Amino acid sequence: MSAASEHEVIDHPILDPALAPPFPVAALPLLRNSQLRKNVAHAIDVIQAKRARLVAEKRDWQTLRAAAAAIKEHVLENLGVYLEQFEARCTAAGGTVHWARDAADARRIILELLRKEKADEVIKIKTMTSAEIQLNPYLESNGVRAYETDLAEIILQLGGGEPSHIVVPALHVNRSQVREIFARRMGIENLSDEPKALTAAARNYLRQKFLSVPTAISGANFLIAETGSVAIVESEGNGRMCLTLPRTMITLAGIEKVLPRFADLEVMLQLLARSATGERMNPYTSLWTGVTPGDGPQRFHIVLLDNGRSSILARKTERQTLRCIRCAACINTCPVYRQTGGHAYGSVYPGPIGAILTPQLEQMRHAQSLPYASSLCGACYEVCPVKINIPEVLLELRARVTDDERHQVSRFFDPIYLGLRVANVIFSRAWLFYAAQRMGRIGLRFFTQKDGWIHSLPSVGAKWTQTRDLRGLPRQTFHGWWADRQRRMK
Amino acid sequence: MRTSLFITCYNDTLFPETGRAVVRLLERLGVEVEFRPGQTCCGQMHANTGFRGEAFSQAKRLVRLYADAEAVVIPSSSCVAMIRDQYSGLFEELGNDALRKEFASLLPRVYELSEFLIDKLGVEDVGAYFPHRVTYHASCHGLRALHLGERPFRLLNKVRGLDFVPLANLDRCCGFGGTFSVKNGEVSSAMLTVKLEDVLVTGAEFCTALDNSCLMHLGGAMHRQYAGMKTIHMAQILASTEDQPAEVLG
Repeated sequence: MSAASEHEVIDHPILDPALAPPFPVAALPLLRNSQLRKNVAHAIDVIQAKRARLVAEKRDWQTLRAAAAAIKEHVLENLGVYLEQFEARCTAAGGTVHWARDAADARRIILELLRKEKADEVIKIKTMTSAEIQLNPYLESNGVRAYETDLAEIILQLGGGEPSHIVVPALHVNRSQVREIFARRMGIENLSDEPKALTAAARNYLRQKFLSVPTAISGANFLIAETGSVAIVESEGNGRMCLTLPRTMITLAGIEKVLPRFADLEVMLQLLARSATGERMNPYTSLWTGVTPGDGPQRFHIVLLDNGRSSILARKTERQTLRCIRCAACINTCPVYRQTGGHAYGSVYPGPIGAILTPQLEQMRHAQSLPYASSLCGACYEVCPVKINIPEVLLELRARVTDDERHQVSRFFDPIYLGLRVANVIFSRAWLFYAAQRMGRIGLRFFTQKDGWIHSLPSVGAKWTQTRDLRGLPRQTFHGWWADRQRRMK
Repeated sequence: MRTSLFITCYNDTLFPETGRAVVRLLERLGVEVEFRPGQTCCGQMHANTGFRGEAFSQAKRLVRLYADAEAVVIPSSSCVAMIRDQYSGLFEELGNDALRKEFASLLPRVYELSEFLIDKLGVEDVGAYFPHRVTYHASCHGLRALHLGERPFRLLNKVRGLDFVPLANLDRCCGFGGTFSVKNGEVSSAMLTVKLEDVLVTGAEFCTALDNSCLMHLGGAMHRQYAGMKTIHMAQILASTEDQPAEVLG
């Protein structure tokens, strides 16, 4: 990336891929934020330990993973069929299905529905898909106040923060920071930072909204084609409140969320809770099918969102991205995310899954730095409950970024592009390789200290020597030694 | 038993002592070692940075070079992982049937060093002597791509004089990641710092691994920080004897 923007400070994280700085730049202020790094590492270590324990107790874990991957792969191969089936069943059960080609489409549909309801307030169950389409600011600018009801989302909404994780959006905030936000925004004096006191404060704040706001917005964890049902899993019960008290429910779901049969939940729910929060079963699983007279919301709309998903579907290697059930296991295990937290990814989808999903949702127009935001350590693939080979997709996307960038004039003298083009010529003939080694040894002699080590290099090499030394090139290569040895032995 | 050594581009250039150790070790175990001078690189750096066409031509070169080798030993787990995990995709996309066939026949004869010792030669005790306190870093590729598992521990366990100290968070990446270490130099450094804490707390004299790329990363930081610990490729430990102690450069 361009010469260190070390001093560039981002006051507020930008999670819009079109506007966000490249990953290495966005990461800098986060790496310097000791509080945030401590919060992230601590939260992740707790979740990771719980997950590891509960996965270990499942003897059929690998079989479950294989089953989930097969179900999802089957869905993606027949997506049109299952979506139409879902539409038919959901409609028959009294729901209304809307199709949104992109984010703007989805926002417009939701606003129109809210206008019809004459709603100027709406309560929300945590939905990353609504963050993907930047729904809240849009509603706000059109005169509709959206109230988040998930504890983490409340913290972020009241504190003016941005989500840094898809399951635990306020993972980067610790409880003393939560206490400060609640005390300030809810006007509570002497609020303690005990979890009990904090959740009680949130409950008081929410109860009033649940009872007074008649319109709710949710996401969906799964759509069931066979029955036309929607499933949501959550931990706090706020979802259950939103799904029972309001008059009208509007659900926003990516088209990839559909499952063929009700029975498929058996596989998915076992994997999801263990992978996401390290629980055998999530505390609240809500399922509903259209509208039931006299019970729950009497008007139900579901907006099925494409927003780039069908373009991913068409690509052989990348298609597996759409298997994702948003458990965040890859995020929690990622050594890169562990250092930076989520805001560096410039998207509501951080971590390894974000690194492959975001650029694709953006049709590769933005977020081209994300496929490179990985050391390819493979930890993500190992834990993914639907077996998305994230490193494989990262490499595919890197190839697409490179194919796109390599012909740009501005990249011609980029040291990495130049270096790799030259290296390719060098590696094509052994004699060229040997000549390059000799030239390298002569060139590096200038930078090599008396102790035989290089402490400082120019250009892209400085990215190495900013924190690491490099051993100077030894006098003799291996192949040189081998040739000498052969001569001696003759 | 005759085997061909693919030393890899960066070992040839930066870590010749690792190659010398592999030769000494294998010859001591009665293996006839050959070295084909046409070799350069497996293409990993290009493939992992997105230069697929370039990676393909290097991969093709490697397959052609070793087509008739009895076995190929590679003292670098990430290069073996490159061959195992990425070549077939590259050849599927850019190669022809002849090349795919040639590769399919070569693949089962490609070994990472510890695989070759344990799986092919069936030895754990290679007769090594290394009287030092040592910790082992399981490189991500060795761990997750090659599933080396217990192999490195079994080999180290049989080295006389060696005082082994286990490393905490063994499955955590050191942050090298090839061009990642410069494209994301700062994040890579943060990962390195965390890894180094675990490594240094072992109080070992040496940190070993089956991949010099991670060791170059860790060793570079150790040298910068006057940490009092060195890195050493496991081949050098296994080649070491009373009469001929390990070559440790730098």
